[in-house]
Amino acid sequence: MPRITLIEGVTMALAHELEKDDRVVVLGEDVGVNGGVFRATAGLQQRFGAERVMDTPLAESMIAGMSVGMAAQGMRPVPEIQFMGFIYPAVDQMISHAGRLRHRTRGRLQCPMVLRAPYGGGIHAPEHHSESTEAMFAHMPGVRVVIPSSPTRAYGLLLASIRCPDPVVFLEPKRIYRLAKQEVEDNGEALPLDVCYILREGTDATIVTWGAMTHETMKAANELDQKGISCEVIDLATISPIDFDTILESVEKTGRLIIVHEAPNNCGVGAEVAATVAEKGIYDLKAPIRRVTGYDTVMPLFRLEMEYLPSVRRIADAVVETLED
Amino acid sequence: MKKTVAEYRIEHLQVLDPQGELVSDLPDFARDPEQLLSMYRLMTLTRTFDTKAINLQRTGKLGTYASSLGHEAAHVGIGSAMRDEDIFAPMYREYGAQLWRGVKMSEVLLYWGGDERGNDFSGPRHDFPWCVPIATQCLHAAGAAMACKLRGEKRCAVTVIGDGGTSEGAFYEALNLAGAQRLPMMFVVVNNKWAISVPLHLQTAAETLAQKGIAAGIRCVQVDGNDVLAVRAASEEALARARAGEGATLMEAVTYRLSDHTTADDATRYRPKEEVEEAWEFEPLLRIRKYLQSQGMWDEQREEDLLRECANKVDAAVEEYLNTARMPVSAMFDHMYDEMPESLQEQREIAIRYEGSGGGH
Ligand SMILES: Cc1ncc(C[n+]2csc(CCOP(=O)(O)OP(=O)(O)O)c2C)c(N)n1
Ligand SMILES: [Mg+2]
Repeated sequence: MPRITLIEGVTMALAHELEKDDRVVVLGEDVGVNGGVFRATAGLQQRFGAERVMDTPLAESMIAGMSVGMAAQGMRPVPEIQFMGFIYPAVDQMISHAGRLRHRTRGRLQCPMVLRAPYGGGIHAPEHHSESTEAMFAHMPGVRVVIPSSPTRAYGLLLASIRCPDPVVFLEPKRIYRLAKQEVEDNGEALPLDVCYILREGTDATIVTWGAMTHETMKAANELDQKGISCEVIDLATISPIDFDTILESVEKTGRLIIVHEAPNNCGVGAEVAATVAEKGIYDLKAPIRRVTGYDTVMPLFRLEMEYLPSVRRIADAVVETLED
Repeated sequence: MKKTVAEYRIEHLQVLDPQGELVSDLPDFARDPEQLLSMYRLMTLTRTFDTKAINLQRTGKLGTYASSLGHEAAHVGIGSAMRDEDIFAPMYREYGAQLWRGVKMSEVLLYWGGDERGNDFSGPRHDFPWCVPIATQCLHAAGAAMACKLRGEKRCAVTVIGDGGTSEGAFYEALNLAGAQRLPMMFVVVNNKWAISVPLHLQTAAETLAQKGIAAGIRCVQVDGNDVLAVRAASEEALARARAGEGATLMEAVTYRLSDHTTADDATRYRPKEEVEEAWEFEPLLRIRKYLQSQGMWDEQREEDLLRECANKVDAAVEEYLNTARMPVSAMFDHMYDEMPESLQEQREIAIRYEGSGGGH
């Protein structure tokens, strides 16, 4: 079994589906000869040709809109947006069309497309290259939002997203693109799009997180373990719709909930998790829910970006404070 | 019956050919040796700066940097045609234009060094900051031109976009508005043949990018973008027309990106080295230097002195940049709203409490 990184998991899933399903077309800016600016599509054009792995003109509204058109006609486009910071011209197509097409045609047309984009901070990138705006897409009815946090889940969740008849926004935490390797077999086995993942079992507190923040959260949980505090860490993975059963079950056991995300606090996906646990699990809670998130500021340029991202210490302190409440 | 109802053509302007020979009438500004020399000096300074910035990035002292190598004529040509009171809405690599307008090299470095204060530059305070989301700046320039028009000011807006950027909707929207409203502005398409790894023929089937303004009903010209005299002459004409109420111009400056897209890019992955070698024969400093020499305005000694002077200026800018300490963490919360909301004040305290806790690790 090959030991691969998260981004190689993406490449492997794309190659697998390009090979298996001739409706699949990968398209976007610099995805062809260059293999993507992060190399997510490296080698794919050489292998599958310029019509299956297509360099498009530089226009995100076009990339998303043509994908809606292709998908509605029975293809399986997998468009790439080079960075999440440039996804906003595509937002119109996603909210006005991708998420609504099946509903408004009463099931006559569907939109099975996967809009991929690297996202998040921490790689010393220029302005507009580091934001986390997954909540914007989670707010779109009919659009699924998926964020892998490991090579295994990158592979399995991307396969599932491509095969899914719904439009999916697949956001790749680029800070951990190459952070860790896992053995992943290229067996074509997809992971479900409606469950979250318990990364670590625990009894004292539940921490829900996703994307790159799973790493800081796991570190905090391991440090707390040394102090005799047992955390259960859940990787949300499917940001919308959310698997609340797993979270509610965990909170029933631990009685405490901390949510960690990189995106701004205000109306972040953490608010949705907190609200639902308050609605359905409030009697299980022994303390108020806490959120450890990015601040409600513009994502600072990189000299300050590490001050913006939630740190291991902030996460650990939040758990301790929740236990003290 | 069929008849032709409209016909168009695109003119290409070159003043100096690649050998530095005069091939058009000498523009007025070029009769003034001081103007010619300042343009050449700034082009040389820009190139010296560029080399240094790339080195800083390679040695971990700068973030990703977008080189302007090969664009010096286009950028200095635009900058030198503008007046201070005009409004510049750049993309991200037009240092030659910005330095002409008074932006400091240390400010360019601050921006690419991950510090917002680079955007708070000392060039004209009304100019727009660098603009990374491709083509969005075109609409800002159109809006700025609208403001000038509505207030009856004799000012123009100038924006720059790349060949790749001409594929974006925002570019066409801005062109269309400029035509419909006769806005006092100039669009410059710096066609350097590549948009990262995507060659021009994958962006468009049009013969020129200049003609993209035709459907918007605005004046369109193409210039040799490696010829600083042509760029400045065409820009001056466009801006004079704009000031006279004759509306907008789209100018395509044809040049070549001699560098990688940015320091994060490796162009050898997608671009033949012969193409780059050939493009060096047309590079912009060469021909203006030859012209100056032929006019007795330049010689080896002056070139040597200039290079030394440029190196010193760049070193001083680098020193200033490297000595600019990081802003405090609280700076993240400054300038967010006119008045800081309470919720932000709370977050600000948290950020200060955790300063240096190594977020992300
Ligand atoms: C809206 C948007 N999409 C994508 C990008 C990523 N990107 C940065 S530069 C670039 C290519 C730009 O090419 P061109 O317009 O020709 O300008 P050049 O860099 O060649 O000067 C791309 C795709 C971006 N910055 N903004
Ligand atoms: Mg270009």
